[in-house]
Amino acid sequence: MSAETIQSRRAWLLSDRPASRLQARLGRAYVSWRRFSANRLALVGMLIIIALVVVAAFADVLAPYSATVGDLKNARLLAPSAEHWFGTDDLGRDIYSRIVYGARWTLYVVILVAIIAAPIGLLVGTVAGYAGGWTDTILMRITDIFLAFPKLVLALAFVAALGPGIENAVLAIAITSWPPYARIARAETLTVRNSDYIKAVQLMGASPFRIVLRHIMPLCISSLIIRVTLDMAGIILTAAGLGFLGLGAQPPLPEWGAMIASGRRFILDQWWVAAAPGAAILIVSLGFNLLGDGLRDALDPRSGDQ
Amino acid sequence: MTASIIVEGLEVVFDRFRALKGVSLEVREGESYGLVGESGSGKSTLLRAITGLAPVASGTVTVNGKTLGKTRDKAFYRDVQMVFQDPYGSLHPRQTVDRLLQEPLAVHGIADGERRIERALDEVGLGKGFRFRYAHQLSGGQRQRVAIARALILEPSLLLLDEPTSALDASVQAEVLNLLEEVRRRRKLTFLMVSHDLAIITHMCERLMVMQNGEAVETLSASQLIGHRVSEDYTRNLLRASEGFVRV
Amino acid sequence: MSDMLLEVDDLRVTFPTRTGLVQAVRGVSFSLGRERLGIVGESGSGKSQTGRAIMGLTPPQAEVSAKKLAFDGIDLLSVSPRQRRSLRGNRIAMILQDPKYSLDPVMTIGRQIVETLRTHEKVSKAEARERALAMLQAVQIRDPARVFDLYPHEVSGGMGQRAMIAMMLVTGPELMIADEPTSALDVTVQLDVLKILDKLVAERGMGLIFISHDLRLVSSFCDRVVVMYAGKVVEQIKASELRDAQHPYTRGLLNCMPRIGFERHPLPVLDRKPEWAA
Repeated sequence: MSAETIQSRRAWLLSDRPASRLQARLGRAYVSWRRFSANRLALVGMLIIIALVVVAAFADVLAPYSATVGDLKNARLLAPSAEHWFGTDDLGRDIYSRIVYGARWTLYVVILVAIIAAPIGLLVGTVAGYAGGWTDTILMRITDIFLAFPKLVLALAFVAALGPGIENAVLAIAITSWPPYARIARAETLTVRNSDYIKAVQLMGASPFRIVLRHIMPLCISSLIIRVTLDMAGIILTAAGLGFLGLGAQPPLPEWGAMIASGRRFILDQWWVAAAPGAAILIVSLGFNLLGDGLRDALDPRSGDQ
Repeated sequence: MTASIIVEGLEVVFDRFRALKGVSLEVREGESYGLVGESGSGKSTLLRAITGLAPVASGTVTVNGKTLGKTRDKAFYRDVQMVFQDPYGSLHPRQTVDRLLQEPLAVHGIADGERRIERALDEVGLGKGFRFRYAHQLSGGQRQRVAIARALILEPSLLLLDEPTSALDASVQAEVLNLLEEVRRRRKLTFLMVSHDLAIITHMCERLMVMQNGEAVETLSASQLIGHRVSEDYTRNLLRASEGFVRV
Repeated sequence: MSDMLLEVDDLRVTFPTRTGLVQAVRGVSFSLGRERLGIVGESGSGKSQTGRAIMGLTPPQAEVSAKKLAFDGIDLLSVSPRQRRSLRGNRIAMILQDPKYSLDPVMTIGRQIVETLRTHEKVSKAEARERALAMLQAVQIRDPARVFDLYPHEVSGGMGQRAMIAMMLVTGPELMIADEPTSALDVTVQLDVLKILDKLVAERGMGLIFISHDLRLVSSFCDRVVVMYAGKVVEQIKASELRDAQHPYTRGLLNCMPRIGFERHPLPVLDRKPEWAA
């Protein structure tokens, strides 16, 4: 592609008078991308997350050994070497392979929690904010009840009731993480519900359902995406915490938190067993935090329109 | 001549504050009627009460022969539309002009959207080039044109105008006022227009009501006002004030 | 030239933005004696930035330059920030559009006036109070003692604007810059405020710069009018000769407003020519 065509494409994207819906949308996305990519750290965060996704997708190719079956006879607790990059654990399993497969579980947890918790929070918050009155009071008191407990404790209670296992851990985390999203969505809704542009839609005869869904939710989504991204690190840590306590993923699943838990026994002599998954959690959490910060700059609805 | 809208004894109360204290008026079909007053006179509240945006404590509103109940149905909004004062606040910040104009059509299940949108944009003098812009890519005057197009797209018979030009520069105000007169003539619309500016109301309206503190002060025709044939002191004060500063 | 209160020659205000430098004011020149000068223009004409630059209230990221910007012979661009501050509020005062934003919400009106006076002059508390009350009386507040102890949110817009004027005038400034001082007020209140302003300016022999979008109002109030368009002065004219204005922009602005008793349908609109901004 010559410099000229790049130039003309950019002009097309930044055009003040887009000629189609697509061009308007792409132009808007491009402006956000330019703001996002101006932030170097955010790019680093995005690279980390992309790497996580790639690793999870190609785990079968990237992992040299099995994640669940080890060589008990010859390869217990080996130090990192060319053969086993991050060493092996007490069951003779290659830690590098386990971490690679563990990326899948991390992603699984994070995505499922986001898919369950964010929409619940968004729905509760926008409905409470828009409806006001009794609906608001009831929904927000329920939210307060959830917020009154520390997240991990509440998740523990849920897992204890539902039974251990990674699916239940996901469910427990999702149930405990929607209330802050509801709060954010409600706050955003309150700031826009009395604006003239929402009144204008009311004056078209649109139903409250339509107003919430099509006019209020899109305005709440960007702050929600930012918050969810920033929460990802916390979700990973909660999942790891549950795994560590033996209430999340069950052995032999290569979940990072459970791996730290099993490495704890050898932490003084064979530090790599716990350190490798710990580092993985650290890096991915950092990645999500950096990404979230970058998204805040790029999507901030207040700075976004000028 | 039949009446487009009849308001009788309308009262609006916000938390015990009586914003509107029993106001009555009648606007004939095809007429342009003005409401003039200073802040707190209840002129905007009257418009909002008609559309259902402000709570009606008592009194009745009859539009095209139908007396309205507590809620407004979809058919009402096809008959009555409103243009807001602040062009910067009345357009959704995340929607293109196209999407803004599509919305009323979608709500009412109107099929020939494409044609109507193009016609509405042409009618307000914007043309196709503006169709896919976002609100922040438009000037104040252009935004108000979009708001007018949005109000017109359902082809209402009555347009409520809440200080439609007070946030605009004088030269842009003239353009928007001309546009409003033109669409009124072309579509045979009835206007109910609110302004604090007597000159704008006499320019746009045949009859007007002067309001103060939630009450009607007096009802006049534009020609009475121009000839200074007014009976209330308050109206006389307003008239004097609108002539600008006079050094004594 | 000692009777010249303010001299502005080739004033420029430049703002850095994402897309490059933007000149809000592009070479504005005028001078002011002890008279009432109106600066008129539409939004984006640079009229407010001109006032702010004279006052020294330009945002820090913007750059102000001028061949000459002198108040009573003092070069405003070369004086120390400290000197500038003491000029501001003492010899030069400014009234802004909305008193809500310019009065301190957590201090009573009386105390604000007293504080203003005491930062600029060495006076006793009792004397300051005396003068503040007299000033409130001068802006035709009927019960000065009561208003003295009120907070800004407890008074109406017109009263707030009068209090603002009282606060600005209490130090006896020689130059007053009023930026849309009455635009947020109801028309009847607007005239009361203007009357007060007019009387005080006349009595005290102040210079006044009245910045507004309303050409007709300004021409009825001021002696001379500077018309601005796109950061430049397109015309300077005596208010009494406004009807013979030469520039099409000035004429357009005058004509495009509806007037009671002058039926024109449609209203004449401005046909903006690119060369006006050149």
